[in-house]
Amino acid sequence: METILAISIGVLTACGVWLLLRPRTFQVIVGLSLLSYAVNLFIFSMGRLMVGAPPVLEPGGAGDLTHYADPLPQALILTAIVIGFATTALFLVVLLAARGLTRTDHVDGREPTS
Amino acid sequence: MSGTRTMLIVAPILIPLIAGAIFLFLGERRHVLKSAINIASTATVLALAIALMHLTAERPVTVTLIGNWQAPFGIVLVADRLSALMLVLTGILAFATLTFSLARWHSAGAHFHSLFQFLLMGLNGAFLTGDVFNLFVFFEVMLAASYGLVLHASNRARVGAGLHYIAVNLAASLLFLIGVSLIYGVTGTLNMADLALRVPAVAAGDRMLLEAGAAILGVAFLVKAGMWPLSFWLPNTYSVAAAPVAAFFVIMSKVGIYIVLRLSLLTFGEQAGASAQFGDSWLMIGGMMTIVFGSIGVLASQDLARLASFNVLISSGTMLAAIGLGDVNVTEAALYYLVNSTLAIAAFFLLIELIERGRAPGADVLAVTMEAYGEDLDEPEEEVGVVIPVTMAVLGIGFICCALLLSGQPPLSGFVAKFVLLAALFQIPGSQVGGFTVASTWALIALLLISGLAGVVAMARAGIRTFWLPLDNAIPRVRVIEMAPIVVLLALCIGLTVQAGPVLHFMRDTAQSLHVPQDYVRSVISTPRLTAGERR
Repeated sequence: METILAISIGVLTACGVWLLLRPRTFQVIVGLSLLSYAVNLFIFSMGRLMVGAPPVLEPGGAGDLTHYADPLPQALILTAIVIGFATTALFLVVLLAARGLTRTDHVDGREPTS
Repeated sequence: MSGTRTMLIVAPILIPLIAGAIFLFLGERRHVLKSAINIASTATVLALAIALMHLTAERPVTVTLIGNWQAPFGIVLVADRLSALMLVLTGILAFATLTFSLARWHSAGAHFHSLFQFLLMGLNGAFLTGDVFNLFVFFEVMLAASYGLVLHASNRARVGAGLHYIAVNLAASLLFLIGVSLIYGVTGTLNMADLALRVPAVAAGDRMLLEAGAAILGVAFLVKAGMWPLSFWLPNTYSVAAAPVAAFFVIMSKVGIYIVLRLSLLTFGEQAGASAQFGDSWLMIGGMMTIVFGSIGVLASQDLARLASFNVLISSGTMLAAIGLGDVNVTEAALYYLVNSTLAIAAFFLLIELIERGRAPGADVLAVTMEAYGEDLDEPEEEVGVVIPVTMAVLGIGFICCALLLSGQPPLSGFVAKFVLLAALFQIPGSQVGGFTVASTWALIALLLISGLAGVVAMARAGIRTFWLPLDNAIPRVRVIEMAPIVVLLALCIGLTVQAGPVLHFMRDTAQSLHVPQDYVRSVISTPRLTAGERR
């Protein structure tokens, strides 16, 4: 499972970085979204991977902590998802405004002359 | 008593949040009411920041456990001397830029007042928080508000620069998250004080991961601080943003500096064992390269706003190089320099807008082109003894003050700042450190002097072009509430000059508590929970 997760994070990051460096604004926003998925999975992996382990303590005592998943990375991801969603939405608005003002979807606001 | 202290720490975050939220429910046209609430809120936050600064004189570290959980587990807000200093600086800038914007800028676009208050909240939160993930949250609040403010009074240039600014900062935020999660994966904590305790005990095999995490986290802040080569977005964004926004953004690049200063000394200070002084040489080299880049930029700038933006870079570079040296006297001088340069650059951004009001667009570019091609500028001699209109005189004096402050010439505080910085650099004992530090110290001394020279040349050229060369300039129409903030900011710099002794004394205490963070760590970790009887 570690291998699959590592490969998927790698693929997402590679695609994200490549798209981020592309000249069209839509590619940039898709690249940023892919990167944020990769980062969220990465945060998840930093809490150690576990299958079928609850992050919340059962009622009636803590018991053995090795049977529980680390809840903190999950809380971090939730926050990161919310913030990432909001900023992506905001970026989308700016993207549309730039498209309307410059009549091109190039990130520099004008088509390359060559 | 503890309730009062809690209020003092929490209120600078809560008041802007509430004020910003109230504005959302008021209609777009109720400018007077919004302005009144905004002024009241910002003034209260400034007053609280000053009260907090007084509090740190008797209690160097004040801790509030939000939600009443013991320190490494719950959310903590910590106010020490550095936080209080940055809060006061933020409050002053906020108040000055807000007053300036009330003349006309605040009604140039939607939701200015809300965004302004949210930016203030994010800044205050970032300076007060005691753990790294809340830092991320406040950082994002600050950035989200700043995205809106860059686009304020939007036109083509602002939307274009805003697009780049947002893309760069979103990417930097992702790096922030990667760094945070790596550090959490290795140490199992995100509380800054707890990190300081756990970093020396990290196993040798995990140390590389920890340092990679810290480096990635550092890159995220250095993007914000504008370290070369992560700073190409900064001049483009700051120079097109509306004047009060650009002036307020000066403090945002200082947030990056603040966090680098705080985290590098707290977690990678002398007590950090094998990781001590991690990244210092990178900060040193990066800072010096930033000074070079900023100096070249200052000389190459054709318009005043870009000139001011490159001054932001010089200021950042000086701070980063000073942090990289990791010497307590240098830190003390650098803190004084930080306050001085922040106030001066902010005043300069505000001043530029007033100066440029009276000029035709593109006049600067034309003037430089004419200089370069040696166009004949000889005009018929005008009669001597023209009465200088009072507005131009005030603007001119303000410009001279900014020039003196930014290039570090006597008699104002820019000179004091540079003088104490150079004096501290000369005092670094050469015998205790390696050859690299000695060489880089001398390089930094040379660069500081060269950047001052570049500042003088650029400012003198800009001043001549702006005030002496044009003969038929319309005198800009300037209102008193636009002039007052600039005068106040410059007067504060003069105050820093006159009261340099007491101010430097405070900076020395601050620098010492940063370099010996055990007190900070102990205060955070050992703050007890409130029992039921103590709650109110």
